[in-house]
Amino acid sequence: MTALLDLRDVTAGYGAVQALFGVTLSLDEGQVLALMGRNGMGKTTTVRVIMRMLPLTGGTLSFAGRDIARLPSHRAAQAGLGLVPEGRRCFAPLTVAENLSVAARPGDWTLPRVLELFPRLGERMGQAARTLSGGEQQMLAIGRALLTNPRLLILDEATEGLAPVVRAEIWTAIRALKGQGVSILVIDKSLKELGSVADRAVILERGQAVWQGPMSGLGEDVVNRHLGV
Amino acid sequence: MRLTGAVPNFLVFAALIAVAVIADLTGNPYIVTLATKVAIFGLAGVGLNLALGYGGLVSFGHAAFFGLGGYVAAILASHAASGAPVVTFPFTMMGTNEMLAIWPFAILVAGFAALVIGALSLRTTGVYFIMVTLAFAQMLYYFAISWPTYGGEDGLSFYVRNTFSGANTFAPLQFFGICAAVLGITMILVALLTQSRFGLALRAAKENETRVIASGIKPFAIRLTAFVLSGMVAGLAGALFADLNRFVSPAMLSWHMSGEIMIFVILGGVGRLAGPVAGAAVFIALEYLLGPVSDHWQALLGLMLILIVLFAPKGLMGLALGRRGHV
Repeated sequence: MTALLDLRDVTAGYGAVQALFGVTLSLDEGQVLALMGRNGMGKTTTVRVIMRMLPLTGGTLSFAGRDIARLPSHRAAQAGLGLVPEGRRCFAPLTVAENLSVAARPGDWTLPRVLELFPRLGERMGQAARTLSGGEQQMLAIGRALLTNPRLLILDEATEGLAPVVRAEIWTAIRALKGQGVSILVIDKSLKELGSVADRAVILERGQAVWQGPMSGLGEDVVNRHLGV
Repeated sequence: MRLTGAVPNFLVFAALIAVAVIADLTGNPYIVTLATKVAIFGLAGVGLNLALGYGGLVSFGHAAFFGLGGYVAAILASHAASGAPVVTFPFTMMGTNEMLAIWPFAILVAGFAALVIGALSLRTTGVYFIMVTLAFAQMLYYFAISWPTYGGEDGLSFYVRNTFSGANTFAPLQFFGICAAVLGITMILVALLTQSRFGLALRAAKENETRVIASGIKPFAIRLTAFVLSGMVAGLAGALFADLNRFVSPAMLSWHMSGEIMIFVILGGVGRLAGPVAGAAVFIALEYLLGPVSDHWQALLGLMLILIVLFAPKGLMGLALGRRGHV
């Protein structure tokens, strides 16, 4: 079985500054892969490479058995990559309903199904996204990505800066998505939550994958060596 | 279309009609003509607003499309009067003085120009986009000045206003009615467009281009389409303006005109459907009321524009509506 997402020896950088020094990782259909590492180790850069927002300078990138290393960014998204980016994540002046429908593509994920996952969005359909709380905006961003019916959902720091209660709510949703068989690449700082949802983990250090294996094999020594502060 | 957005837009439009009808009933044909001017300039502004307000494409060259629409109308009308064909190769085309025949030509010519100008200038962004659109419009302006066939610097007049079957276009209120109907229909179409998936993508791309691309949408095609539609509306407005004055001149193509259309949009409210109509109304009203008092009335307009940009970035309509409704 070929992997859904496959990166081999990927190098990339910002101008003269190289950020990735040969990242190799793969993710199978239906799997949840945690992309871990301290700040500045190349997690978001890896996501940008996968989304074709940053060109590869070397290595290969394939998705669903297809070489996407030269694909324009919007085509990569159309091929089934759904990104929930870090930062302020919605189209602020558009309403919740408009945010959800702007990029929707037909498939298993429909509006009622998204509203079932995030009932709070249903109460806010006519409101401008900028009036939502941080947690609601995050739910909206995930909902918007789901409605593009991606084959792989990429969550970059989906719970960053949220209150603990809201964070727990987002994790419940992510676990529900996993239960429904959605393939997910997830970046987060919470080892505990990742442990409950991810099948496998990849740890990046200085732009290289220094450890990868099943989440259960992520021992204390590995955590201390690569993730501890 | 949300109600909160629709009602104020309708009110602006209804107020314009009311002014024209009351002015006609009270025997003030000049005011009717001013209202017609508001409808036409408002239409040009509604066109620009599609690119500027909803798409964030600050075009400083919309006079190109406005002027082209005007010249198409004037050229067809002058050929209809003289009886000489407009072109004889590759086919023979005669002039016409039927508005319903002129408008599609004006729209097509302006749309084609917008396609060419847009395809080239949309490769740039920000201040470069402003400058490139300005440069294209100025090219057309100098071309019109130096083309003696259609009047060059002196412009081109035609003595009889073009006809519209079933109406007497010389009666000020009837010509106003034609212009207002065109404006009203265009506003409805623009409202539907901005609420459609296409419009959502256009507004989303204005907010964050990267995020739109990451959702699988290519902004260039969306923006080019919006720019072309925007130019088409401006071209139609230009054709009506030519008929209002029965005269066109290179001034219609100049950067002053581009600036004025932009002022209508900013004054009334960027990205608000009836904003440019309100903006054009204030502009024309100031010109009418203060113009006779002082030649420097535009100084006051400038002051007003500065205050609006600084303290009410959503324009006069945004000011009047507070935080409610934003389409």
